[in-house]
This record gives sequence, structure tokens and C-alpha cells, in this order.
Amino acid sequence: MSIYSAAAHWLVDGAHWHGDDGFPHRIAQHLGYTALTVAIASAIALPLGLWIGHTGRLRGLAVGLTGALRALPTLGLLTLVVLWRGIGLGPPTIALVVLAIPPLLAGAYAGLESVDRATIDAARAVGMTEWQVLGRVEIPLALPLILGGLRSAVLQVVATATIAAYIGLGGLGRYLIDGIAVRDYPQTLAGATVVVVLALILDGAFAVAQRSLSTHR
Amino acid sequence: MTWFLDNLSYIRGLAWRHVWLSVLPVVIGFALAVPIGYVGRHWRLGGGSVVALAGVVYTIPSLPLLVIVPGVLGTSFLDPTNVAIVLTLYAVAVMVRSAADGFASVSDAVVDAARASGYSAWQRVLQVELPLAGPVLLAGVRVVSVSTVSLATIAPLVGVSNLGSLFTDGFQRYFTTEIVVGILCVVLLALILDMLWVLIGRVAMPWLRVRSTR
Repeated sequence: MSIYSAAAHWLVDGAHWHGDDGFPHRIAQHLGYTALTVAIASAIALPLGLWIGHTGRLRGLAVGLTGALRALPTLGLLTLVVLWRGIGLGPPTIALVVLAIPPLLAGAYAGLESVDRATIDAARAVGMTEWQVLGRVEIPLALPLILGGLRSAVLQVVATATIAAYIGLGGLGRYLIDGIAVRDYPQTLAGATVVVVLALILDGAFAVAQRSLSTHR
Repeated sequence: MTWFLDNLSYIRGLAWRHVWLSVLPVVIGFALAVPIGYVGRHWRLGGGSVVALAGVVYTIPSLPLLVIVPGVLGTSFLDPTNVAIVLTLYAVAVMVRSAADGFASVSDAVVDAARASGYSAWQRVLQVELPLAGPVLLAGVRVVSVSTVSLATIAPLVGVSNLGSLFTDGFQRYFTTEIVVGILCVVLLALILDMLWVLIGRVAMPWLRVRSTR
């Protein structure tokens, strides 16, 4: 029990709530990395996924790629990019983007595939252009699954950004990696608790968004 | 390549620890997830929330969970058991969903037919529902097996050595070869275990082979 009360004390200690090592700054950093990574990954994966889903081309490749990337160990990728590209914000971001692409891609193409073919044919029959079919029929109907992909990607990045503290990235992972290094377990446990709470809040927010999307139709 | 051959016994030792640390959670996870998934599918009250709870477990980031578990269980922070338990939790969380989906894929008419021909409740589960849910269960096990092998590589961050040690060691020594060898070993191990699961699936469900060659 003592380790818990120690962690709780660490967590509420005012000294850990301001400055560059304080929770507000570390949480902001963590959310910043997540937003940056998911934005870049979305810019790559969503158009590609929509194109694959709309045309049905390269589908096998996308499925294979998504599966293969699951086998790729995150820590291996993170350490490798640092040795190749040096430390700083860039290399970890590359690794995080690579890991965020599969769920986004899968959400986009699976979302479009879930749309009833008869609906799409009907949209074409009433004279919609391909772009209109995509923008006004397929994407709105696929939105819950696309959002599901976004949800997985965000949670994946929140978890992996924590591990990226090992290669020198800031954010909440610092408490865990630094705490383990000096055997300061209250700090480690306090940091772990904040990451878990952050992940659960983000997941809950996405769950609410997905639910409101599906009740609006 | 030279480095790989020179350190073969070191890598083999790490690989065995890795196999042990990833196969055990998948097997235990499967044994736990199938009954939980069955309950999740069949219990009107609370069945859905069992599956939802599994989803919540899966959203907990791995490294934080890895340092929270010893606090809960009272084990040492550097105990390999923690890693096995965390990986088992994730394995259960993923497979509960696929087990529930698998049992849902069994047609009610078939279950009713089994009941009509005098199968007891246990016989229905073991001889009808379980074999018919088999392909979906196998697909779940394969997904979990691959991601567990990959996830296990963060164990060195909490002082438990396995193939992931090639990443931390290579990083500290600034030695790219070691990291690349590590990634290749992990992917290869994931592939080998995946083939093993497919093989076990073929032995356990011979009727699928007949259908696919037809």
C-alpha cells in the first residue's frame, strides 16, 4: 500500500504541477506529439484509404501492409530511426507516423467497403459524379468506421509516445523512463496513472463522438 | 551477418526467453477468452458489458500497465511475471471480442438442430458451437500471437531481457546492426509462430481443408 500512497503524494505534490517537468507541461507535450503525428498520418493514410476503398484497387496490398506492420516492434523502430536520423522531435515523429498509418488506412478502406453497393449504384443512377458519390454518399456513411480508425490511431500514438521517452522524447513517458532509471517508483507509478487516465479520457471522448454520429442518422 | 553469427548463442538465449514470454500469454489468454467470449455472446444481461470491458483493458497503454501491475500484485518491479501477466491481459482483451464474434457466427438453426437431436448443453458447446466458431477463434489467436511477439519487446524497459534487449543494447552502443537483427528476429519469430497456429488449426479442424480444396 505504501507504494500507492507514495505515488499519490507524488501526484498531488504542488512541486510537480509547474515548470518544464510539471504535469501540465508534460501532458501538453504528449497531446502535442499525438496531434502532430495523427495529423501527418491522416494526411497520408486517409486519401489513400479512401482511394483504395472507392476504387477497390490495391486492396490486397493494403490488407497485407496493415498486417505486416503489426509485427513490427515499436521499440525497434524507435531506436532505429534515432540511430539513422539523430535525436530531436523529427525521428520519433517519423516512427510514430509509420505506426499510426495502418489503423487510419484500415478505417478508411473498410469504412467505404461497408457502404451498401446498391446505395452507391443508386447515387450513380441519379446522376452523381464520382466525386459526389465519394463526398456525399460514401464518406458520410463510412464516417463511424473512419472515426474508429482515428480512435485506434490516437490511442496507439499515446501509448507509443510513452515508450518514445526511452529515446529522449518529452511528454508523460519521461516520468516512467526516468523513474525506472533511478528506481523512483512513486514517480513511475504517478506518471503511469496520468497516461492511463489520459488514454481512457481520449477513448471515452471518441466513443461519445462515434455514438452521436450513429444516432444522427 | 558476421555480428549475427558471432553472437548466435546470445541471440538464441534471448529468442527462447521471447518465445516463452509470448507463447504462454497467448495460450493462457485463449483459454480464458473463449469462456468469457461465450458468456459475452450468450448472457442477455451483462454479456455486452463483458465485451466492452475487454475493450477498455485494450485501451490502457502497455508501458504504464507494465509498471502498475507489480504495484497491484505485490511482485517485484523487475519480475518477468509482470510482463507475462500484462501480455495475457491484452491477449484476453483482444480474443474475448473475436470469441464473442465467433460464437455469434454459429447459426441458431444449427444449435437448435443439435438440441433437437438430443445433445446436452455441454455437448452442444463442445461438439457443435466450439468447432463451428473455430475459424474465427483461430483468426483471433493469429492476430494476438503476432502483436504479442511484437509487444513483448518493450520488456527490457522494465529490466526483463528478451529479443527487445537487442534494441536497448544496440541503442546504447549506437550499433545499428544489432537493432536491425533484432527487428528481423522478432518478425521471423512472429511468422514462425503464426505458421504454427495455422498448422494447429489444420490438425484441429481437418474439415476446413476438405472444403477449401473442393
